[in-house]
This record gives sequence, structure tokens and C-alpha cells, in this order.
Amino acid sequence: MSAKPAQKMDPARRRFLQDAARGTAGCAVAGMGLMWMVQDARALPERAIRPPGALPEEDFLASCIRCGLCVRDCPYDTLVLAELGVDGAATGTPYFTARDIPCEMCDDIPCVAACPTGALDKDLTDIDDSRMGLAVLIDQETCLNALGLRCDVCYRVCPLIDEAITLERRHNERSGHHAIFMPTVHSDKCTGCGKCEKSCVLPGEAAIKVLPIRTARAPSSEHYKLGWEENNPLVDELIDLPDRLPGTGTDNLAAPGGFEAEGAFQPTMKLPTAGADG
Amino acid sequence: MSANTHLPVGHEAIRDKGLIRAHKYLILRRLSQAFFLGLFMLGPWFGIWWVKGNLSGSLTLDILPLTDPFIAVQGIVAGHWPELTAIFGAVIVAAVYALIGGRMYCSWVCPVNAVTDTAAWAHRRMDLPKGWQPKKNTRFYVLGMVLIVSAVSGTIAWEFVNPISMLHRGLIFGMGFAWTFVVAVFLFDLFVSRRGWCSHICPVGAFYGLLGTKSLMRVSAQERAACDDCMDCFAVCPEMHVISPALRGKDEDTPLILSPDCTNCGRCIDVCAVDVFQFTTRFDDTPAPGRVREKPKTTRKIGKAA
Repeated sequence: MSAKPAQKMDPARRRFLQDAARGTAGCAVAGMGLMWMVQDARALPERAIRPPGALPEEDFLASCIRCGLCVRDCPYDTLVLAELGVDGAATGTPYFTARDIPCEMCDDIPCVAACPTGALDKDLTDIDDSRMGLAVLIDQETCLNALGLRCDVCYRVCPLIDEAITLERRHNERSGHHAIFMPTVHSDKCTGCGKCEKSCVLPGEAAIKVLPIRTARAPSSEHYKLGWEENNPLVDELIDLPDRLPGTGTDNLAAPGGFEAEGAFQPTMKLPTAGADG
Repeated sequence: MSANTHLPVGHEAIRDKGLIRAHKYLILRRLSQAFFLGLFMLGPWFGIWWVKGNLSGSLTLDILPLTDPFIAVQGIVAGHWPELTAIFGAVIVAAVYALIGGRMYCSWVCPVNAVTDTAAWAHRRMDLPKGWQPKKNTRFYVLGMVLIVSAVSGTIAWEFVNPISMLHRGLIFGMGFAWTFVVAVFLFDLFVSRRGWCSHICPVGAFYGLLGTKSLMRVSAQERAACDDCMDCFAVCPEMHVISPALRGKDEDTPLILSPDCTNCGRCIDVCAVDVFQFTTRFDDTPAPGRVREKPKTTRKIGKAA
């Protein structure tokens, strides 16, 4: 081998290797192009809401075969298949635009029943459990209720009235002697059906919009504990910081800096001290 | 020879068999393609919902689910195991095509076939050079590439570009700019590569070809002894390499076209003035003597084979 640098490769083998290299290289280029297109199409636009029960977007594109059976079985023509270059969602996948036709939240969820692959999850049996998105009162400057009027339309049309949307009363600072009934969405109930967005009386864009959960919600912090929900200490078995209680020797309002004013409130309970009961 | 190639393909067949018989399978195929597309269009056009969906997945008479097995495979590779309905539909489709001939999907059902056939017809009329001719196994490279991209990206990757879905779904649900993919395939076949898309690139055809490797329905060059070398079958065949082994075979070679690339389009049957070809099954072992050569090196007994 080393003595024959110019040794000829078997022509058939040489041709095979050439063809294989050419095919592989061509497919690598084409594959990268396809990969780029696929990644590009994964960015689902904010305004495209997937049908009820839709798997998370990354799983949805592995499971939706774009047959349109959910579209066909939607009684309100809410769902459409995305058209290439016209709608932003991945070509041929189902979505709806709440401002055009919202989801009517059928009890029997025909779109989910129609899906042959499970891209719309059959585990969704109660439409109230669906989370297509989350309504957000996004423009609090033009919302009529926020201005102090009693429009209330989004609240009235909500299929889960007084649960998904409530009217929270607060003082009208502008007039000084009126109330503002602020439409307030509750994420534990809102299905993202979009009826509020559809019915918002403002011309053009709605003040309240259904947004994808991923946009509408910030992940709750794991770092901060909600003391009123969790009673356990910050770090198990290590330290138990004294609770703020009235009395001397602690940082409290009754005796700031431990200074005991004359006639101040005297605590009757015993203060916990580190290691006292450990 | 060069003068011969400019004669319209099948002119002898038209002269001998008449226009209709010389286009019998072409007409039947167009009717079949129109029939399958029409079934899907009944709903959106006339409100008759016998068939809902599209070629990717459908529901017929509210009972029969059908799924494109290639799409199902991509979904599984991408990491989603489909529900039973889709699996069931894919198995039915795969079984049918494995039985009758995988690439009958290409020539009798696929809506892009009319596009690329038109491109091939225009190509012939304009007498263009055949252009880039990728290797026969290119489509299998593309098939592998699609499955790899599906697996890596976790998506049903080919559906982002598949011209078949683009056209079929576009006609049924709304086209958008999906027509650009169809036009691209037409122009590719016309100017870049003769018979380029369906016969060299398309991974869907490759997949269905693999499905039908052992399919029953086959074209046979039963009367190959009568062949007069007019070459019309080669000119009209979208996969011309499948013909030679059968047509040019010796007595002991099977006259059956057994290549999984054959689309069972039947055009070779149409254009043959001397009726060499016919549809039959892969079990047909009727003796089919080879052609008599003009100057045989050794004398050969004719009609004693098998």
C-alpha cells in the first residue's frame, strides 16, 4: 500500500463512493434547508390560537398530520387550516383567530373527537379544562370599563362568567366619587376561548385579547416562597427565623429597635428563640 | 434515429388502435385522479360529506379512517406515537398499496401526477434536453434525509414542503401561496430535469415504491417477441429503466416488470402498436419467448421456454 501511492481504486468501488458522497452531500444541503424551514415555521404567531386540547407546539408539529378533520367537525367554522404565506401558523395546521370567530366551547368537543392522531389530546373531556390561551386585558387605557363606564361586555359573554372574568370594584381616582369595575381574568378558570376578545366593542383591535399561555404568563418563581400558602421553614432543619411579633427584642413596630416605649404593648406570648425548642 | 425521435410518441398505436385505445390507461388514470380528488371536493363544493379531510388523513362515510403511512412514519420518528385511529388508517392504506402496487398511488391518485405529466408532455413538445438526471437512488437519499430531519427536529418534516399536500390541501381547504410549490415542481420538470420530481426526487414515491416491492399487480411484456423496437414505451415511461429487463429479456427471463419503481401507469400498454404489454399478476408464469434477433449468434428455439 505504502509502496504504491498511485494504486488505482476499483472503478466500481470508486463510482459507488463518489455517488454516495454526492448523494449524502446533496441531502445534507437539502436537509439543512428543510431544517431551517421547519424551525422557522415552529414560531407560532401570537394571534394564532390552537384548538382545544392541542399538545404543546413542539409536540403538536410531530403529531398533527394536517388532515383538517378538526376543521370539518367544528360546527361554528372557528377552526381553519393555515394557508402558506397568508397565515403565520405552520402550513396546513389548524388554528383560530379569536377576534374573527372565537371557540364556542362545545360540550362534546367535536374537534378533539375528530383528531385521528391525538394532536388534540383526547384526555380533554371537559371543555372547561381546556387552555387554548389566556385572555389578557391588554389595553387598560381604552377599555371602557377601565375608563369608568359600565361596558361589561367581555364579562357578560364569558362562558365562565364570574369565574374566568370578574369585575373588581375600585375607586375612580379621576372623578373622585365613582367606581371602576375592572374586568379581571383568572388564569385558573380562563380557557382562552376568545369570546371576550371577539365581543370587545372597541373598533379594530380588542382591548382584551387571548394570548398564548407562554406569552401571557410568567413562570411562578421557585425562589420565593409564598409564606401564606406554605408554612414550612425556608430551609428544612437548618434555621427557623423568628417571626415578626410585637414585643421587645425583635424588629417590630410596637417597639422599634427593641426600644420599649413607656406604656407600650406588652406581649403575653413567649417569643421563639433559635434552638429554644430544638 | 434522430428523425425517429421527432415522431410523436405513440403515433403508430394511434394509427393502429385508434385515439381512444391508444390513450386508454391515460384516460382511466385521469378519471381516477379526478375521482379521488372529486370525492374530497364533494364536501366543500356541494356539502356532500362522504369524504372528509385530505390525502394526509381522511374519514370516509364517518367510519373508514385513512392515513398516509409515510406521514405516520415521520410522526413516529419525530417522537409522537399516534392514536389508534391514525395507526389503523395508515395500516389500511399501506396494506392496499402493498397489495396492488405501491406506486399506483403516484400514477392513479396523486394530484401532482397530472402536473408532472403535463410538464413531461410540454418537455417533449418543446424538444428540450433531458437536463439533470439524478441517480435512480436519489429519492431514497431524500427519503432518508426526511426521516432524519423529522427525528432531529421532532416534526413531520416533509409536510412543510410536500407539493402533494400543498396542492391537494390547497384545493380542498384553501391554497394561499401553496401553488408556488406546484409551479416549482412543474418548472423543475420542464426546464431543469425531465421527469425529475416524481421519478428521481419525491420521497413519498420512494416510500410507496418500497411498500409495493412485492405487490401483486404487474405489467408484463408478455408479447415481447412482437416488439418492433419503435421505442415508444421507453419514451412514454416515467421510469424507463424498469422496461428493459422485461422487454429485452431472454426466453428464460420473466416478462414481468418487477421493479418497485414501476407506477403501473399503463402508458406502455397504450402506446404499443403491437400490444406487447398487458396488466397481470406477479404469479403469471405464462411462457413469454424473447425477441427473435435479426442476427442471432446462436440459433434459438422460439416458443419453448418455461
